[in-house]
Amino acid sequence: MTSPEPFRTITCRVNGIARTEAVPVRMSLADFLRDVLGLTGTHLGCEEGQCGACTVVSDGATVRACLLLAVQADGMAIETIEGASDSGRLKDLQEAFYARSALQCGFCTSGILLTADAMLRDDRPVDRRAIREGLTGHICRCTGYHAIVDAIAETAEQRATCDG
Amino acid sequence: MGELGRPGVLGGRVPVPRTKRLLAGRGRYTSDIAAPTALAAAFLRSPHAHARIVSIDTETAKALPGVVALMTGRDLADTVAGFAATTAVHPEMKVPLQRALAVDVARWHGEPVAVVVADTRARAEDAVAAIAVAWEPLPAVTDPATAADAPPIHPDLGTNVALHLEQASDGAAAVFECADRVVERTFSFNRQTGVPMEPRAILADFDPNEGRLQVVMSHQCPHQMQVEFARLLGLAQHRVRITTPDVGGAFGVKQQLYGDELAVAAASVALERPVRFVADRAEAMLSDIQAREHVVGARIALDEDGAITGFAVDDVYAIGPYLQYPRSNLGECRALMTLTGAPYGFDAFAATADIVFQTKAMAGHYRGVGHPLACTVTEALIDEAARASGRDRIEMRKAQIVRSFPHRSPTGVVFERLAFAECFEALGAKVGLPAIAAEVEDARHAGRILGWGIAAFVEQTARGPGFYGQGGQAVSSRDGAVVRLEPSGTIRCLSSVTEQGQGTETGVRQLVARALGLPMDDVEMITGDTATTPHGGGTWGSRAMAIGGQAAWDAAMILRAEILRLAGLLTQRPPEALDLRNGNVVDSETGSALIMLADLAAMAHFQHYQFGTDHQPQLSASAEYGPLNQPFRAGTGIQLSVVEIDPGTGQLVLLRHLVVHEAGRVVNPLLVDEQIRGGVAQGLGAALFEHCAYDEDGRAQATSLSRYIVPMAIDLPDIELVHAASPAFTDDGLGIVGVGEAGTVGAGAALLNAVNDALAATGGRESVFAFPLTPQRILAALGVL
Repeated sequence: MTSPEPFRTITCRVNGIARTEAVPVRMSLADFLRDVLGLTGTHLGCEEGQCGACTVVSDGATVRACLLLAVQADGMAIETIEGASDSGRLKDLQEAFYARSALQCGFCTSGILLTADAMLRDDRPVDRRAIREGLTGHICRCTGYHAIVDAIAETAEQRATCDG
Repeated sequence: MGELGRPGVLGGRVPVPRTKRLLAGRGRYTSDIAAPTALAAAFLRSPHAHARIVSIDTETAKALPGVVALMTGRDLADTVAGFAATTAVHPEMKVPLQRALAVDVARWHGEPVAVVVADTRARAEDAVAAIAVAWEPLPAVTDPATAADAPPIHPDLGTNVALHLEQASDGAAAVFECADRVVERTFSFNRQTGVPMEPRAILADFDPNEGRLQVVMSHQCPHQMQVEFARLLGLAQHRVRITTPDVGGAFGVKQQLYGDELAVAAASVALERPVRFVADRAEAMLSDIQAREHVVGARIALDEDGAITGFAVDDVYAIGPYLQYPRSNLGECRALMTLTGAPYGFDAFAATADIVFQTKAMAGHYRGVGHPLACTVTEALIDEAARASGRDRIEMRKAQIVRSFPHRSPTGVVFERLAFAECFEALGAKVGLPAIAAEVEDARHAGRILGWGIAAFVEQTARGPGFYGQGGQAVSSRDGAVVRLEPSGTIRCLSSVTEQGQGTETGVRQLVARALGLPMDDVEMITGDTATTPHGGGTWGSRAMAIGGQAAWDAAMILRAEILRLAGLLTQRPPEALDLRNGNVVDSETGSALIMLADLAAMAHFQHYQFGTDHQPQLSASAEYGPLNQPFRAGTGIQLSVVEIDPGTGQLVLLRHLVVHEAGRVVNPLLVDEQIRGGVAQGLGAALFEHCAYDEDGRAQATSLSRYIVPMAIDLPDIELVHAASPAFTDDGLGIVGVGEAGTVGAGAALLNAVNDALAATGGRESVFAFPLTPQRILAALGVL
């Protein structure tokens, strides 16, 4: 225990920017994003993969940042809510969530938005049942999910119209 | 006031501006606040439900890298006062003194025993793991039914009964003796906890030069914490500042004083450094307030016509080893003893309650505080009585709802108004109950197990000073607001109510904008800062709009009068002939604009001589408000649940859930709807699977979100909402009723009644009165297990 904390230097792209940092090998990806890079939009609700608040996009797939170590992100491209939001690719979802008040405290919202977007980019049909299934793995304690399902369904319709 | 109903910013489905920031990942929760020099705290927590601390060896831990300080309960006891939730309302209540960290004896699994402060959280946790404690385990007290007879966990109190209560209306015993029928059932309510997604968090920063403590924390009641931290740490109250930035949910569990948070503040004072503590989920499950563990024996008496003549309850309420501070635990018992039978007219009520200590986590207030118990007991007994006497449960209710007001219940409560007649009317207009019954019947003929049920509920909101204030507790039932006219003609509103996501700020902003004839965007809100906002209660008991909104409205109306007076001086018109609309002073008859508010504001700030030499323009106004002439405002509603039971697995599938609700003047229906839906989800979750389980040694089993199940999207149906017409208020003010707990109050009761309707239809005689409604319990009731 008295030996110095082991560190390793990692390089990854976060929201399109190359980052090279020395991190403790036991540090989670979520703590790396929040505490080292200051990207606090990734939230920690349970640190065991149950609540989904820490969801980020890693090499195109949604992952739980609390279940990965920062050293596992070496060489990866990570996108957080800040990057996804700033790029504008969540704009329609964000507007639908805003208009329907599909969030209250907002703590779970970053993860839900990234999962919802991934769901909508999938080819499978998105009815209310499928949306509820797709949100499994996310806990929202404020809304009862109804408005979230409304907002995602509405966005799905709009995207289908635009694509069509 | 007459034009309040005019369309526009008041009464509109207005979204919440702050959510744009949250949706962009730009929240500012307590753990997001940058503090580069802050140290991190971690706690050693008792692994036992009940154990003597024989010795604590901290030497190895203190020597670990990064460790700055390590303090045990005994270390803190000299400098940090103990706390006890006494109340002058019940001076006979046994209230043990609690310490920030356990001294000598730990009394629940998870009680904080020592705190380590280190340069990082990980290193603080390393040091916690290196503390060696010699424990001498003592007997656990876990079963509510036997807690009163178990050896006292506080030997100096000589008993595990904190308080015994009895009440009976005149002639109650005779009413039950003379009843044509008495139906009796025993209800078992499960321990639950709030599970806000942001765990509790605090960042304390003490500056010794001025004796100033600045605390950022995730809390519902910043002013309360200012008072308590100052008192318990021996600091000057006006030099303690609490700010509550974005709060990631609270639901009642963030309205108390927690020993671990007090220890963090004490560590900051001792070290003269900023110290941060963010509970992880495992700690939250061990140390957040839990609630609602009751065993209730309950009776309903009927006369030969099926009219309800009496209710009686005998409650055992099992709390943790201490009473939650500063509020005490009386709320749950009181709700049961005042709200049982609330929707209905009846003659007699009798009740007993015992609050008993046990060696489980601290218990206290969670969304709805006891209301769901009263609603469940009432509504399930009516269904049972209807079944037993072959009566229609809906007609039985409709015939007996209270229709004339004010109404004094034999429980001792006076209801100025309730809206059950309106709610039943709205329910009938929305859904045909016979049609639902027919659909359920058809499904049953097809071999499925379906049931439907309703529950009528009352939500007491916006509570006055009649309990905490009267009890000598520093818990404010008032709120205040300051509104300031800025030189730009915009308004800054400082309000003592707080925002945890309900949309409080938006509602208050709507009221201020409406009073001053401005677009909402021209009003800026400041909340959650004890240094700038007036002292007030913050968020508890569904009070933000009914109390805080009223205060802001009153302040804005004072400022409005001053603005119109100033405008009158400028335009040579009587103020009564003027109005404020869309950022302009206008002629109230013609609506024609006379002067822009921005121009008037600039003049008042920089050229006040324009208004003459005999008056100083007053550009801020303040008001404070707390209910005086009634103890609470009651919201009313009905919930309807349709459920299917899977006969193979015993699982419940919610086919439909509907809420009819009445809440007086609604400022923002969008936010009201979402509050109710969120409340329903928590009520259904509690009824379905939320359970703070303990083993027989008193060790917590529900230590993570894989072991404490809360509803996910797939577990819930769409939640339908119907708004009922509002009967008039006769008291002062805007007539706003709180809505934060309504959904939670009636959801479980409606679901329980639906389940028992389904079970009854299978031909069995078994009903279920124990929560949560687990598959095992359902299968047992079906006779499968």
